[in-house]
Amino acid sequence: MAARIRANPDYIELEQSRRTFGRSLAVIMLAIYYGFICLVAFFPSVIGIPVAGNVTLGLLLGLGVITSAILLTGLYVARANTKFDALSSRVVASASARVVA
Amino acid sequence: MIRFVAAALALAATPAWAAGDLAAGTRQGTNLVAISMFAAFVALTLGITYWAAKRTKTTSDFYTAGGGISGFQNGIAIAGDYMSAASFLGISALVYTWGFDGLIYSIGFLVGWPIIMFLMAEPLRNLGKFTFADVVSYRLQATPMRAMAATGTLVTVAFYLIAQMVGAGQLIELLFGLDYNIAVVIVGVLMILYVTFGGMIATTYVQIIKAIMLLSGATLISILVLARFNFDISAFLGEAMKVHPTHEKIMLPGPQVANPISAISLGTALMFGTAGLPHILMRFFTVSSAKEARKSVFWATTFIGYFYILTFIIGFGALVLVSQNPDYLDLASKVKVNGMSALLGGGNMPAIHLADAVGGSVMKGFISAVAFATILAVVSGLTLSGASAVSHDLYASVFRLGRVKEGAEVRVSKITTVVLGIIAVILGIAFREVNVAFMVGLAFAIAASANFPVLLLSMTWRGLTTWGAFAGGFTGLIGAVGLTVLSPGIWVNVLGNPPGSAWFPYTSPAIFTMPAAFIVCWLVSTLDRSRLAQQERLAFEAQYVRGQTGIGAEGASAH
Repeated sequence: MAARIRANPDYIELEQSRRTFGRSLAVIMLAIYYGFICLVAFFPSVIGIPVAGNVTLGLLLGLGVITSAILLTGLYVARANTKFDALSSRVVASASARVVA
Repeated sequence: MIRFVAAALALAATPAWAAGDLAAGTRQGTNLVAISMFAAFVALTLGITYWAAKRTKTTSDFYTAGGGISGFQNGIAIAGDYMSAASFLGISALVYTWGFDGLIYSIGFLVGWPIIMFLMAEPLRNLGKFTFADVVSYRLQATPMRAMAATGTLVTVAFYLIAQMVGAGQLIELLFGLDYNIAVVIVGVLMILYVTFGGMIATTYVQIIKAIMLLSGATLISILVLARFNFDISAFLGEAMKVHPTHEKIMLPGPQVANPISAISLGTALMFGTAGLPHILMRFFTVSSAKEARKSVFWATTFIGYFYILTFIIGFGALVLVSQNPDYLDLASKVKVNGMSALLGGGNMPAIHLADAVGGSVMKGFISAVAFATILAVVSGLTLSGASAVSHDLYASVFRLGRVKEGAEVRVSKITTVVLGIIAVILGIAFREVNVAFMVGLAFAIAASANFPVLLLSMTWRGLTTWGAFAGGFTGLIGAVGLTVLSPGIWVNVLGNPPGSAWFPYTSPAIFTMPAAFIVCWLVSTLDRSRLAQQERLAFEAQYVRGQTGIGAEGASAH
């Protein structure tokens, strides 16, 4: 059963595209976070640069990390709800059809 | 520096107040508004527990609410598990005292969530049933894997629970004027009632109600604060800088990043620890499908992110409206932290005093009640996950080898809940004076070092074998506990060795122990040439297909 599903082109596309997409987003998130932490640890003075009035670069970057976390998860859900779910339901349908047959 | 990081971690992580800090605070008088609001919350939640008890019929109902929680509800519940009283009081207090540092912490806690989503959420849901041990033992040998996962769960839960109970006792003593021991017993009794009678259904709804109360309260306070500045953020920040003794320095990174290795290690523990906390992982099994699981992560990330932005406004708001008002200051105390005068009730009180400053005693009572409710809800979730590890993993799978009747496993779980509740009360009283900072740091570090590597590899790496996972998991577990004991926080401050003699100089061991666990998992698995190991590698494909497609996964129960 598992071997048959693995041979299904829809499954191959689902597995590969989801793995690539998920890992890319994870790498982006890690880069953003560790980038922020390293900036804080090694270039602290940059954090205090004023951008608009008393609003500093550090505040905007922090807000940016929070927002990017929300946006990236949202992006993943959007892609999963459309592309991945469509592929996944085709895989499930063909697997159950073969079981019935 | 290290002491500060530890204290900050304790504040930020969970109800983990540095004991010494609170002991210095003055006890507040009995607050009738707070007590009546809290009584209303308890009455409501006990009503929910009664309702949930009638709907809790099967084993699945008890552990995972029958898989019938929606993604949105679960997202709020996860956010509730995460927005502990200390996130609220602790991070706002960090911002109040240190400014920008508070933001660094809240970001560390948030970014674990996208990682869970991208690497784990869907296969986790598709492979598990009640506990994360289900996933780890899916193709590996059940007995050693469940024994290891249950050990990791119980150790993580124990440290977290002690921190919660000590924090609860201290907070309640301060807020409500109740005796510490009585407060701890009240928390223990209510938690046992929720979990034994209402199981996961009650635990989830208590968490949802509390999360909504906390988000509404924090939103209202933030709006009231910003309204005083006509929503001019720059003017608001300017006033905060003006009143803080260090002025514009509050916009700069403070003491905890003086040592980059400690900062990065701490960030690693916060980030990956989230993906190994058993009570959080269990929540993924309360939804009906992988699709609902990923929705719940999105909502959880959104609410938690929003909440952390609010704590920042609240911290700065308290700086402006509380720090200059003698009504809120402990004028008898000469102690100053970062140049700031001590607050009545101790260092964790900025948010509570701010509630009073913007909304009077009704608002203060409401926020105090929310803080107590928060502890109750988090403690319930923790206890349920600890009890599940004992009943589902140890009793049903290891000792009875899966041959248990429908009711027996839940009965064991309920008995365990009572036992854990009693133990938690005893430990909460016994550890009253301990600096709970290290317990929380340890809980996150163990979760990141023992639970997370094995869980991730079991789902994604074909080559993982039972003995690789077993060796790697225990390397992370023993390493994290061991290095914490050898770190200055325990070695010097608790065990009384001379300063500077600690073998391990950093605050958090995660940057070393998490990679060590991965390496040992890989090394032992690769060297494992047994026939069993071959079978386990061959079984990976079927597991992986189920993880990807959900074919054969546990669905929602039929009601």
